[in-house]
Parts: sequence; structure tokens; C-alpha cells
Amino acid sequence: MRPPVGPTVRLALTVNGAPVEIDVETAALLLDVLRERLGLTGTKRSCDAQVCGACTVLLDGLPVSSCTVLAWEARGRELQTIEGLAREGRLHPVQEAFLEASAFQCGFCTPGMILSTVALLAEHPDASPETARAWLRGNICRCTGYASILDALRLAQRRLREPAPWP
Amino acid sequence: MLGPLTIHQPETAAEAAALRASLGEDAAVYAGGSELLLVMKEGLGRFTQLIDVKGIAALRELGARGDGLVIGAAVTHRELERSALLSGPFAPLREMERDVANVRVRAVGTLGGNLCFAEPHSDPATALLAYDARVVLAGPDGERALPLAAFVTGSYETALGADEVLVRVEVPAPPPGTAGAYRRFGLHERPTVGVAALLTATDGAVSAARVAVGCIGPAPVRLPALEARLAGLPLATVAAGVDARDGGFAALDVVSDLHGAADYKREVAAVLASRALAAAAARAGTAA
Repeated sequence: MRPPVGPTVRLALTVNGAPVEIDVETAALLLDVLRERLGLTGTKRSCDAQVCGACTVLLDGLPVSSCTVLAWEARGRELQTIEGLAREGRLHPVQEAFLEASAFQCGFCTPGMILSTVALLAEHPDASPETARAWLRGNICRCTGYASILDALRLAQRRLREPAPWP
Repeated sequence: MLGPLTIHQPETAAEAAALRASLGEDAAVYAGGSELLLVMKEGLGRFTQLIDVKGIAALRELGARGDGLVIGAAVTHRELERSALLSGPFAPLREMERDVANVRVRAVGTLGGNLCFAEPHSDPATALLAYDARVVLAGPDGERALPLAAFVTGSYETALGADEVLVRVEVPAPPPGTAGAYRRFGLHERPTVGVAALLTATDGAVSAARVAVGCIGPAPVRLPALEARLAGLPLATVAAGVDARDGGFAALDVVSDLHGAADYKREVAAVLASRALAAAAARAGTAA
């Protein structure tokens, strides 16, 4: 049996492409480490129960609720937050599509919405509207009524298929 | 913020069971955390020790055994919804898995965690009950197997001993000529009603039926009265939609809660049973 860990542990992981080493409590939730320790406040706490999607981050490319995942689970893995999507001063095509389609109002759900969309289009570039709706069912928006979000998704889908793909 | 935690990393199910026995009530078995961490954040479970079972190879197994399936307790919902093994006679399990909670919960949540938490508003136990699935538990005296029906004993209650861990779920293959469907309905994150139906067809008629209903009472149950009534019916009749309302729903232990009143749930369950049976009959007719 491997030795037990805690109550603190040194984590080594990749955050938005850069290596990070940080001492955390084993009980620390990923969301708290991102917001309070790493200053990455684009990830939002809302329902705190894995229902709303505002705290969505990508762990090895998969969307997870950072409010209900221990930071310890990110050890040795690649973590992507909304802050890491832009490259060389240019927004990610999904971010651009959300702007163009005005796919947000208050914006609180938007980081999670965008990261979920990025993960969806990475796995299903040709996602049907049904697949897209099923995938995004776990991201709640109380402002837009979702139509503009699905418009943005379709726009991003087209852009990502263009000959010069996002680097 | 949670209190201080020590995380144990056993490499075998026997080690995990021994840790449960020695750490007692301070410890919880931990896999995806999608149920456990919520309970801890709400202050409903004050655990100081987590036994992380994700590193145990036997709990990560997902494969065929004979004609049946073996699903390790720490296999995630996402792995199940994407597995080619959940096809043919097991397609309803995939149909069920791909709608569990949301994409984030499915990425981390495990089948074993779902079954051990035994939240009544949940899909997997209902679908597995229709398959007469068995669970295998590891404890101080080795492994023991028991039917899923005997494992889920009530609302948040299972037959898992305080010195045991769930190792795997075994899903026997239904008889040749069997097809099925899973239908759920819900207005909230968790389902209000779920129904699994399996029909075995011989010469265009139902030779055997299995129907399980979940979420509406403390634990999922089979509907033997409805199952018996279906035997002998032409598949076309079932595919066209049978009225399932007198299929034993009146006698069920149904709980009124935020998802709806008991009468409402009985009605929805009967409608979903009819729809699940119709889909199963259509598939059984195509497969024959």
C-alpha cells in the first residue's frame, strides 16, 4: 500500500500550459485553490453542487466541477481554466463566437459555458444540435434563454472547421 | 471548506476493506467524490479519512465475462457511456448511462459510488435490477456475491458491511432474443422516475419480460404482475403501447417529495413503463 497523504500535500500539475507546484490541504477543493491561491477567479462558485456548471474547468481535457473535486485529484494532470484559452493575445474561436453571438448577459455562467463548449467540440467537432444540447444540459444560464449560446456554439463549430485551425 | 483529511491509497480490495475495518466511522470510501464530497460539504458526513479506491485494479475492470459484463466499482459513468461493450442486449445500460446527471458528474462519478450511496433518485440501480445483476463485495473473509436486489435495501441504505468494499458489478447476459430500453423523466438534476424494460421474444411474441421501476420509492423494484401479464403478448401489441397502469403500481411503496406526489409518480411510472416496453418490443422485433 502506498503511504497515506495529508493533511497537506505538495501538488505538481500543469495549469493553462505552465507547470505549477503548490502546497495545499488534501481537503482543499480545486475551485478554492484556483480562486484563492492561484488568483484564477474566472472560475465561479455558484450552486456548489455540480449542477450549474459555473465552476467548470477542464482536467486532461474533460469538463469537471471544480467545486466538488479535490485539488489533489489534479496532481500530475493538465488543468485548463478560462484564463488559459487565449493564445498570443487572440481569443479562442469559441470565445470569439460567444462575443459575436452575444451569448451572455450577466456573464457569470460564461466561463463554464465556454469551457464546456471547447470540450464538446474537441470530442465531437460535428456535434449535432441534439448532442450539443445534451452536453450543455449541465450548464445553467439564467439570462440568455440558451438560444444565443447554441448560436455561438454553431458559429464556433464552423470556425474550428476552417482550413487554418486554432493553434 | 472541509476539515483536515488523510487520504489512503490501497492497491487491493482486501487492503481497502481492512482500512475500513481499522479506521471505523472516521473513514469513507472515496472514488469520484460526486456524492461523498457533497455530503461532506453539507456537514452531513464528518469524515477525517478517505479511502481512495481508484488505484485498485480490480475496481477499474470493465470487460466481458462469458456472455455477461463485469463492471468494476470505480469505472466512471463516462467510461460506461462510451464503452462498446454496452451494446446489443446491454444497449439499455448505455442509454441509461449517457443521461446520468451531467457531463461533469459522468467524468468523475463511478458506478460503484452511485450504487453504494443508494440515493433513490438515481438511474443505474433500476436498470441493473432488470438485468438481475449481482454485486461482489470484498471483506475480511474474502469475497461474497449477492443479488443487487438484496444489496440496495432502502433509501441511502445498502447491505455493505462496515468492513467491506464493493468490488464489481456482474451483469449476466439476458436470454437470446432479448432487447430492452430505459426511459426516465425528471424536471430536476436527478430523475423523478426511471423505468427499465427487457423483453425476450420468441416467434414474434413475448416469452419473458422484466420491468424495473426506480426513483419513486426507497429502492428500485421489479413489477412481477406486469411482467407476468406481458408474457405471450404479440410484440406488435406491446410496440403499439400497452396500458401499464394496472401493472402493480398501486401496491408500490411510493414517496411524495419535491419531485412530485405519490399518485403523480405512479402515473408517470406507468406511462414510462408503456414507452419503455414499446421501445423494447420494437427493438426485439428488429433483432429477431
